Amino acid sequence: MSQNRFQNLYPPMPSIFMAPTEIMYDAKHLFLFSHTQGVKKPYKEVIDICWGDAHSGGTKPLTFVRQVIAVCIYPELLQETTIAPDVKERARRLLRECPGGSVGKYCVCGIPFVQDGVCEFISKRDGGVPSYPEDIFICSGSQNALMFVLKLLVHGKGLAQTGVLTPIPCYPTFVMGLTELGAAMVPYYLCEDDGWCLHVEELRRALATSRSHCNPRILYVINPGNPTGHVQSRESIEEVIRFAAEEELFIFADEVYQDMMYAEGSQFVSYKKVLFEMGPQYSNTVELASFHSVSKGIMGECGLRCGYVELVNLDPSVKQSVTSAFNTERNTAVIGQIALNIMVDPPKPGDPSYPTFSQVSLHETVEALPGTSFQAGSGGIYAYLRLDLPQKALLQAKEEGTDPDLMYCSRLLEEEGVCLVVGKEHGQQEGTYHIRICIGTTSTRLKEVLRRLKSFHLRFLNEFS
Amino acid sequence: QQCQPALWKMTENCFMHHRTKVLTIDTMNPNVKKVEYAVRGPIVQRAVQIEKELKAGAKKPFSEVIRANIGDAHAMGQRPITFFRQVLALCSYPELLEGNEFPEDAKERARRILQACGGGSIGAYSASQGIECVRQDVARYIQERDGGIPCNPDNIYLSTGASDAIVTILKLLVCGEGRNRTGVMIPIPQYPLYSAALADLGAVQIEYYLDEENCWSLDVSELRRALVAAQQHCSPRALCIINPGNPTGQVQSRQCIEDVIRFAAEEHLFLMADEVYQDNVYAEGCEFHSFKKVLFEMGPEYSDTVELVSFHSTSKCYMGECGFRGGYMEVINMDPDVKVQLTKLVSVRLCPPVPGQALLDVVVNPPRPGEPSFNTYIKERTSTLQVLAEKAWLTEEVFNTVPGITCNPVQGAMYSFPRISLPERAIQQAKEKGQAPDMFYCMKLLEETGICLVPGSGFGQREGTYHFRMTILPPTDKLKIVLEKVKQFHQSFTQQYS
Repeated sequence: MSQNRFQNLYPPMPSIFMAPTEIMYDAKHLFLFSHTQGVKKPYKEVIDICWGDAHSGGTKPLTFVRQVIAVCIYPELLQETTIAPDVKERARRLLRECPGGSVGKYCVCGIPFVQDGVCEFISKRDGGVPSYPEDIFICSGSQNALMFVLKLLVHGKGLAQTGVLTPIPCYPTFVMGLTELGAAMVPYYLCEDDGWCLHVEELRRALATSRSHCNPRILYVINPGNPTGHVQSRESIEEVIRFAAEEELFIFADEVYQDMMYAEGSQFVSYKKVLFEMGPQYSNTVELASFHSVSKGIMGECGLRCGYVELVNLDPSVKQSVTSAFNTERNTAVIGQIALNIMVDPPKPGDPSYPTFSQVSLHETVEALPGTSFQAGSGGIYAYLRLDLPQKALLQAKEEGTDPDLMYCSRLLEEEGVCLVVGKEHGQQEGTYHIRICIGTTSTRLKEVLRRLKSFHLRFLNEFS
Repeated sequence: QQCQPALWKMTENCFMHHRTKVLTIDTMNPNVKKVEYAVRGPIVQRAVQIEKELKAGAKKPFSEVIRANIGDAHAMGQRPITFFRQVLALCSYPELLEGNEFPEDAKERARRILQACGGGSIGAYSASQGIECVRQDVARYIQERDGGIPCNPDNIYLSTGASDAIVTILKLLVCGEGRNRTGVMIPIPQYPLYSAALADLGAVQIEYYLDEENCWSLDVSELRRALVAAQQHCSPRALCIINPGNPTGQVQSRQCIEDVIRFAAEEHLFLMADEVYQDNVYAEGCEFHSFKKVLFEMGPEYSDTVELVSFHSTSKCYMGECGFRGGYMEVINMDPDVKVQLTKLVSVRLCPPVPGQALLDVVVNPPRPGEPSFNTYIKERTSTLQVLAEKAWLTEEVFNTVPGITCNPVQGAMYSFPRISLPERAIQQAKEKGQAPDMFYCMKLLEETGICLVPGSGFGQREGTYHFRMTILPPTDKLKIVLEKVKQFHQSFTQQYS
C-alpha cells in the first residue's frame, strides 16, 4: 500500500493529446499478440506509419555517413581497403577535432569544427548572410533544442504566464513540452481550405484573445509544416516577421524539414534569410531561433539524436547566461555531431562517395479518396488527409463513446493492419477529422499502405452510407 | 497597431528605432539565471582562453593546459575497450558484418541489437523508455550484480547519460509553494549537477555535510539535523546519495547504506542513489554495495515500501565513454500513477541516443569466458581499473607530503578532493576581488602552471574550509608532474601570502 504522496505533484499532461496514441499502441500490441496466438487476420504484418522515421520505414541510411561513423568509433578501420579515401579523410579530420582523438569524450556546446560547418552551411543556404559559431547550440535533437530555448523564456503564472503561439494542427510532442515547462499554449489555426497556409489575421486574433489570460512572448512556426507539409511563401514569412516585430514576439522557426521538398517548383526559404533581406529595421532587432536536425532530410538519423538551434539577435545582456545554462546540461552525443557535420558538409561532386549520397526522393503523394480531402503539401514527411465522415459514422462513434477519427483508425488497424496517427492528436477545428500518414518510406511500402487504406475506406463509407 | 518605440538609438547617419528585446536579463526565466555549474564555470572558460593564447604563440611558464577538472577519461588518453568499439562500429555500418575484420561474438551482439531497431538501423527512433532487449539485458545485469534479486525490465528507463535521468526524476518530485515547496537533500560536497538542477527547478536545496575527519563518511545524525532544520521552511521529499562519492571518492559501508535506508523509510523520503562510479573502487577493505541489494536484504518491511531510484551510466567506470551518452535508471516501488507520468515525461524528448543504448547493452552484456573476445576484454578492463587505483593511491600519497594540504584516501570514483589551508592575506585578497578564496587559489594555479582544477566552493564545503577537486585521470607520468607542480605552487603560494 503505497501512499500517493505525489498527488497534484505534476502538472497534468494533456491527456487529450496523449490518449489516442496510447490507445492505438495498446491496440497494435493486442493485435500483434493475437497474431502470434494464431488468430487469422487478412494481413501478414502491421504497418506502422505513425512516426516521421525514415529508417523505420525501410529507408536505408547513407553509406558515407555510416562509414565515417564506424571509422571514427573504430579507427582500426582506417586500414580497410574497401573504405573510400574521402571517408577516411573525413574520419581523420573529425578524430583530430576530438581531444584525446576519441569519440568517447564529452563535448560541451558542440565540437567547434562541427559548429563552424553549421555556420558555413547556413550562410551558403542563405546566400551569404553571416552566421556565427557562438550563436550555434548543438543539442540532442531539435526537441531538446526547443526545450532549451523555451526554458530561457518561459516562466510566470496567471497573467504573467509565458504564452506560446502554436499552430493547429501541430505535432503533439511540442505541446507536451509546453505543458512540462508550464507555458500557456496559444493556438492559431492554419487555414485548411487554403492549403494549410498561415493567415496573419488569425495570428492577430489568437494573440489578442490570449492577452487576457497570459503573457504571449513566443511565436512558433513549423516550416515545412508538420503534419501539413505546407511550405510558406516568402511573402507569408515576411508577414509573420513583420507581425512578430510589431507585437514583440520571439520567433521560433522549426525548419527541420527544410531539406525535404518534393513538389515541382516549390522552394524553401529560411526565416533568417527573409529576415535579413527585410533590412536592418528587422534584421537587427527581431529575435529568431531557428531549428534543424539530422532526424529528417536525406539523413533520417532520428536515433542518433542531434540537432542545433541558431539564436539570432539575442540581447547582449543574456548571452553569458544562455551560454552558462547551456553548459550545464548539454552534452550531445559525439556520434550525432559527426552525422551533423556530414549533413552540413556532404560529399561534393567529384568526391568518390558523391554518387551514393544522392537525394532520397519522396514518393507519390496520396491521392484523395472519395470522402476525403487532401491539401497536398510541398515538403515534409507526412500526408495529412481530412476525412469527411458520414453522419452515421459520427453517430456510431458517439454510441461507442469514442472520437470518430479514433474509431476510424482503430478499425483500420483491426481490419487492415495499418497504424497511423489520429488527427485529434494534432488539434483540429471542431467537427473536422484527419489522419496523418508518414510518406517517408519505401515506394513498395507506401503503395501497400495506400492499397489497404483505400480498401478499408471504401468499405467504411459503404457501411455507414 | 503601431510599434511602441522603447528607446531611440543614434547611428552614424540616422536614428534607428530600437525595439525592446523579448529576452532580456530581466525577462529571462529567473531559475535559469540562478544556475551555475562549477565544473565548466569561469575557471574552465579562462582555461579555454589560455589555450587560445598559447596557440597564438603567447609565452607562458607552461606549454599546455592540463584539464584536470572534468571526469572525462578519453580526453585524458584512456583507451576505450576494444570490444565495445567493435560492436558499435558494426551497428553503425552493418555491411562490416559480412567481412572478416571482427570477431564472431562482437558480430552476434551487433546483430541482436540491430534486430531490435526500427528498420534494422540505429538511426531509427527507439521507444522512449529505451530498446526493449537492452532493458532486458540491463535487468539481467542488475540481477546478477545483486546476487539474484529480481529486476523487472519495465522498471528500467534508458537515458541520455545519468544526468538526464537524475533531472527527470527531480522534475517529478518538485512541486508545491512556499512551505510546501519540495526540499531535496544533497551531500556537501556534491556533484554540482544536483545544485544546478535544483536551482533550475526552483526546488529547495537541503544540505547535509559529509564528515571530512572520517574519510568523508555519511552520518545519519547529520542527515537528521539537516532534515529537522529544513522542515521549518520546506517539504523535504527526496534524499540524494552519491556512492562512490563525487568529489569525495568515499565508498559507503554496508552498515551506512542500511542506516540511510532506515532513515529514508522513517522520514518518508524518496531515495536517489547515484551509482555511476560503481566499478571505480580502489581502497583496501572497500566494496561497492548497491542500494537496491541492501534494500532487499533488509526484508519486505523496507523492500516493499521504500521508493528508490538507482542511476548508472557508460561515462565512468572502466568504459569512460562520456561522448556516447548512455545511461539508465531503475525505479523501485514507484507509485504506479507516477510511473505513468514518468513514461509520458520521457517521451517528450522522444528517445535517448540509440548508439548510447547500444553501448549500454554491450557494457551490461560483455564477453563471457570462452568467447573469442574475452581475454582481451578482461585484460583491458583490469588494466584500466588497476591504473586508476595506482593513480588514486599516488595522488593521496603525494598530496599528504605537502604541508598545508591534507588529502583523504581516494577510496573510489575519479577524483581527489584535498583540503588546502590558505594564509589569511590570500583570503583577504580573494575577498577584495570578490572571489571565493579557493577560486582565487585555483585561478593563480592555472595562470602559473596551466593546470585546471575546480575550486571546492563549486562543490560546497564547510564554512572556513577550502578545497579543490582534481581528477586522477591524466596518464601516470603526466599525473606525477602535475602533482609535483601543485606541490611547488602550494608552497610558493603559501610563502607569497604569509
